[in-house]
Amino acid sequence: MTTLFQTAIILLLLNNFALLSVDRISRLIKLTAFQGAVLCMVILLMPNSELGSAHVLLLAGAVFAIKALGLPWLLNRTMRRISGLPAASARLGHSVYVVAGMVILAFSLWLEMRLPGTPGIFPSLLFPAAMTTLFCGLLLVVGRTLAIAQVIGYLVAENGIFLLGIPMILEGSIWFELSLLLDVFVAVFVMGIAINHIHSTFESIDVGRFCALKD
Amino acid sequence: MLAAVFLLPLISGLLILALPHTRLCRGLLIGTAVAHFIMILAVGVSNPAPALWGILHPDKLGIIFMTLSSLLFLAASFYGLNYLKEEEKEVLKSDFQGSESFSNAPERHFTACLCFFLAAVTLVTGTRNTGVLWVGIEMTTLSSAPLIYFHRHKRSLEATWKYLIICSTGIALALLGNILLSVAFHQPGAPLDSADYTHMAARAAMASKPWLKAAFIFLLVGYGVKMGLAPLHNWLPDAHSQAPSLVSALLSGALLNCAFLGILRGHQVTLAAGLGDFSGGLLMFFGLMSMVFAAFFIVGQGHFKRLLAYSSVEHMGILALAVGLGGSAVYGGMLHAVNHSLTKCMLFLLAGNIQTLYHTRSSYDAIGLRWTMPGTAALWAAGFLAIAGSPPFGIFISELTILKAMLTEGRAIVAAIYVTSLAVIFVGMFIPFMRMVQGPKPPSVKGKLDENIFNIGPSLVLVLATMLLGLYIPDWLNSSLRSAAALIGG
Repeated sequence: MTTLFQTAIILLLLNNFALLSVDRISRLIKLTAFQGAVLCMVILLMPNSELGSAHVLLLAGAVFAIKALGLPWLLNRTMRRISGLPAASARLGHSVYVVAGMVILAFSLWLEMRLPGTPGIFPSLLFPAAMTTLFCGLLLVVGRTLAIAQVIGYLVAENGIFLLGIPMILEGSIWFELSLLLDVFVAVFVMGIAINHIHSTFESIDVGRFCALKD
Repeated sequence: MLAAVFLLPLISGLLILALPHTRLCRGLLIGTAVAHFIMILAVGVSNPAPALWGILHPDKLGIIFMTLSSLLFLAASFYGLNYLKEEEKEVLKSDFQGSESFSNAPERHFTACLCFFLAAVTLVTGTRNTGVLWVGIEMTTLSSAPLIYFHRHKRSLEATWKYLIICSTGIALALLGNILLSVAFHQPGAPLDSADYTHMAARAAMASKPWLKAAFIFLLVGYGVKMGLAPLHNWLPDAHSQAPSLVSALLSGALLNCAFLGILRGHQVTLAAGLGDFSGGLLMFFGLMSMVFAAFFIVGQGHFKRLLAYSSVEHMGILALAVGLGGSAVYGGMLHAVNHSLTKCMLFLLAGNIQTLYHTRSSYDAIGLRWTMPGTAALWAAGFLAIAGSPPFGIFISELTILKAMLTEGRAIVAAIYVTSLAVIFVGMFIPFMRMVQGPKPPSVKGKLDENIFNIGPSLVLVLATMLLGLYIPDWLNSSLRSAAALIGG
């Protein structure tokens, strides 16, 4: 079980680096969907979780339905509505962001050693994987100028936070997690609407063109 | 009663989406605002039992912010009746900052989102649960984004996008802060502690200090983005300047307080854990930085709505500084929160009047207000005196209370930066405000503004309220402010 769990965590880390190095939106969406599926796996494979319990199954099912299916579907729908979508190239080049991601991973591993132990909460590698996912998401938000890529970055960052919260979630009540998932779903829905408006108003979803508001 | 306070605006919002006529929507909006305010007053007096499975259970701090938000919502809704009627007259509008024309979002969506925003604010201020507070703050972002994009032109879309992405990312970081807070309280083998911050504060001595510090940093940065603390304030001037004025009034007067409340909840727990110096120090640092940043951007600012937005950054800085200082400054901070919300709301509503007649946001072009809109001009000048901290307005008392606390504690350098920033901001705001009130009537402006009870009445009531608070603070308010301050180290 532990080996499978660690395999899932390593898959998640590799997925993060893939997200930083890809510029086609369709691939970014596929990688985000894959990340959602891996998060579902992490919930089921958590060393301390009761695999058969209704709580774990309900949560894993909700995560899969929203993060692996629902949100990628929303993003794909938004993408299809925008004709001639350009690649979401990185502002400073992909290699810079991949190196930054690696530095973040090294920093997260160092931070895990520095912080006092949390016996019974975080299994090995979960904390650095969550922090790396969070910061890779933030790198996508600031490093890409296409609005849809920024939404994907927000989702990846939120996945990192969700990963860190899984041990807490498994011990807590279910309604909060479901409302959290619903919030994220609505956030992406609202952002999707905003992207459509950006496209129809600016005839592009490159937010690098936003320069009207300044002092 | 408590459940109704949250459910009323939520149901009204849903009803508005289904109503066929915009007049009915406006009627329901003002009805909701009045009923909500009356119920909030009843909640404040009766101290009701927890509602909705314990989700709603406000303390004194929450009740102050809840009452304030409800009052501002009532003022903004009253103002909105006239505003929406005027907006309805012209379907295709010319953009005075660009050559293109634009239309508004459907009014029904606008009024519904106003109600959803009120429900979200009620949830944030009425809960003791850190998770519910987070959900509520995310709800405020999602319900206010369509409000900012009411005027469907390029600049408001740009502002809305920045607001959505920056605040959502900030709130995500605050969620991380909440999770780390749970980690700090986790005991091996024991079930997870309640996310109720009063329970957390009671057991804070047993919490892991390094994890608690990490949690507070993420809460401060996450909610600090939404509160507009410098240098995390980038979205604020853009959103405040592009939103309709009544929305800017609510963003500045109610929304920023909600984010501040999120930080205060974290501070409450760190104080109980004996980490008050750590969290207080960070609050003071961000507070002073916000004041200095605001002073820098206010001087020479020609855009009068951005000027008001940077003034909000300044006042959020003062609030953070006051709470960080602790002691009697916290009481000053609470009083300041009330005064700032009242004053900033009235100034944004007046800014809407100016924009309606002058079709500009430049303080160089919107001059001669005393000839074209004498009532608005008088209130605009009074509003300047109030927001800049002049007697006899309430902000003078609160800023003086905070300064006195600094000097009593021997924090001379902090006091020097505080006073210098206030002085620079006073001068920086005096020039554009007086330029707008004085001066000749521009030839391009035809006629006068039809000043009526809807477009200057709410501002008049709010400025009188802040003047009253400068002259006399009623006992009930004083004791509420002291009780609230006592929760956060005052």
